[in-house]
Amino acid sequence: MASPHPDPSSAPAAGRSPFAYAPAPESRSVVDIAPSYGLFIDGEFTEAADGKVFKTLAPATEEVLSEIAQAGEQDVERAVRAARRAFEKWSALPGAERAKYLFRIARILQERARELAVLETLDNGKPIKETRDFDVPQAAAHFFYHAGWADKLEHAGFGPAPRPLGVAAQVIPWNFPLLMLAWKIAPALATGNTVVLKPAETTPLSALFFADVCRQAGLPKGVVNIVTGDGTTGAALVAHPEVDKVAFTGSTDVGKAIARQVAGTRKKVTLELGGKGANIVFDDAPLDQAVEGIVTGIFFNQGQVCCAGSRLLVQESVADELIESLKRRLGTLRLGDPLDKNTDIGAINSAQQLAKIRELTEIGAAEGAERWSPECELPSSGYWFPPTLFTGVAQAHTVAQDEIFGPVLSVLTFRTPDEAVAKANNTPYGLSAGVWTEKGSRMLAVADRLRAGVVWANTFNKFDPTSPFGGYKESGYGREGGRHGLEAYLDV
Amino acid sequence: MSDSSGQGRLTVLKTYKLYVGGKFPRSESGRVYEVTDAKGRWLANAPLSSRKDARDAVVAARKAVGGWSGAAAYNRGQVLYRIAEMLQGRADQFTREVADAEGLSKSKAAAVVEAAIDRWVWYAGWTDKIAQVVGGANPVAGPYFNHSVPEPTGVVAVLAPRESSLLGLVSVVAPVVATGNTAVVVASEDRPLPALSLAEVLATSDVPGGVVNVLSGRTAEIAAPLAAHQDVNGIDLTGADAALAKDLEIAAADNLKRVLRPAGTAADWTADPGTRRMTAFLETKTVWHPTGALGVAGSSY
Repeated sequence: MASPHPDPSSAPAAGRSPFAYAPAPESRSVVDIAPSYGLFIDGEFTEAADGKVFKTLAPATEEVLSEIAQAGEQDVERAVRAARRAFEKWSALPGAERAKYLFRIARILQERARELAVLETLDNGKPIKETRDFDVPQAAAHFFYHAGWADKLEHAGFGPAPRPLGVAAQVIPWNFPLLMLAWKIAPALATGNTVVLKPAETTPLSALFFADVCRQAGLPKGVVNIVTGDGTTGAALVAHPEVDKVAFTGSTDVGKAIARQVAGTRKKVTLELGGKGANIVFDDAPLDQAVEGIVTGIFFNQGQVCCAGSRLLVQESVADELIESLKRRLGTLRLGDPLDKNTDIGAINSAQQLAKIRELTEIGAAEGAERWSPECELPSSGYWFPPTLFTGVAQAHTVAQDEIFGPVLSVLTFRTPDEAVAKANNTPYGLSAGVWTEKGSRMLAVADRLRAGVVWANTFNKFDPTSPFGGYKESGYGREGGRHGLEAYLDV
Repeated sequence: MSDSSGQGRLTVLKTYKLYVGGKFPRSESGRVYEVTDAKGRWLANAPLSSRKDARDAVVAARKAVGGWSGAAAYNRGQVLYRIAEMLQGRADQFTREVADAEGLSKSKAAAVVEAAIDRWVWYAGWTDKIAQVVGGANPVAGPYFNHSVPEPTGVVAVLAPRESSLLGLVSVVAPVVATGNTAVVVASEDRPLPALSLAEVLATSDVPGGVVNVLSGRTAEIAAPLAAHQDVNGIDLTGADAALAKDLEIAAADNLKRVLRPAGTAADWTADPGTRRMTAFLETKTVWHPTGALGVAGSSY
């Protein structure tokens, strides 16, 4: 496995692999990162009331990228009030006018795609090919899609005159900072709500960049407000009595805390939480395609994906063959500088997350599962974790039950479709699943019995703004995207 | 309860029982409580369900999920229509019970019963239509078959409204089972008799045992274990007051149950219910499958 150091001047581990490419780094000069950023409230950048700040790092190098204002309760108060003031006019705008604002935002995101891709890769650590080809185009597509809904809400199936809720408090995670922002803000604005959004502490930059997109689009002040900070900022936002809607994507534990917190209020809530997706491979599956799907399922975005296919369930008769192919394929993955266009696996988002992955994988080894990684040299600075397989995993093992949120795949086997379904459904989560088989009736029957909000058959980790996404069971409630996603922001 | 003291024949009283797993058990607790009519006159002793009864009902409801949710929507519709037929056949009995429970005149009670029957018919018709209305194909930007289908969330605890003993009850139970969920119903605390009699209708209407389970007793006492139960997937808080509803919603967060909050104001059960009570306990499953890329070469499928 080639593993170029984040610093392109240092030589990659040449000669180890026939796939050793020369470094092909994307230039970071396309984006200017200011040394410090304030909060974006009522159309202005502003300091936090108590002057607190925190730093955001590049996970690949641990370089400090910028200093960010930490919003406290007073700042949240100001942001919610700004959103409340803006709500009256924004919700009264004809849908066709709101649509054009969303359309403008979508176009600006496309125009500034390269800047955004580089910025997101720097701040998050994910490979540039993913930000360039997935995150940014999908984010733009979400604004396009919802622009089209803004003037057609009466046709969406929620009654003849669906009304917005008011101020939406939105808290998003660090794994897809820009895309999650788009998933939250686009439907909120299309339906006539105003927004206070809190990006994750480790990845605030693309949200602050988005504030500039709003400025360029001429979006009225206060319609979108960005408050940066940690969990305490998010908690203050969710708890604010003037908030009408709470949308959260993140851990199941925090989701449950939010569900308790809003109990007895009239706040409408949607929660997109964790997962432990089963990727089920039957003996008649096209194995080469399945291997690609397994890799996409768990190693996309370093496995830091709530719907990752983190449990491979493979039919016993093809298990050895599949695992061998999978190991061979993993040997060709390139880990290293996220800004290198050839990089497949970038950095883990934070030291804290890396520690969590390490802890859970140590438990996996201690509980008796067999751990395997391709030969892999990790860069000397930054947060890195090699793609890892656990075989010989039993259902009770921690690595089969707990979400690891990293590039770690647990492999289990099964003999019959019934066993596959039973094992797939045997976690408290229910977000995603995969089915690999050439037999259509088997695919449909198994998909039907899986308790998961998204089932990918003979593919994995596909997303689209028109396609509702969300979980069963403890993976949360509500859907994002598609006609279904509008419901979360309408008074129905 | 007609009083025939004095002259003539003495009326046979009825022992009201719970309905759990298709059977009519007494409460495990051996307790009952007095149910009175609107004027405070004794009507019957109703079972005072315990936490154990609630747990037993969840077990029965869970057992029934596979069969009921897996049944063809058309078939579920047939069963629900059958319930309406049985209700119609017992309209006089329900009219008497509703009149007693709610203190209505006979004609008003009859109108309520008719509305309840019509409501069953309305929901029965939804079983094989809701998927078309809330599901559908998603035109994704790629060569994929992609569609979304609604699926029942599983076992739903239903706290029936306190005032409307039959129409309100039907209005909260029918949408839950029409969509393929199974239900553990907590009858109105003060007016439980129509609910317990509805169980007799369900038992004779081809409804598989466990699909609807009916408990009577103290709402707060029965609802607490249901809201906290890890094998309950959703809870309808209609019959809880604001303070209780808040506590139950907090308990329900432990396994992220789907929660339908009580309406802030007194509900008008005669109004068009819309689809909300059905969609509250439906999940959306989206399935993707490659369709093969029909590029210019047209060769990759």
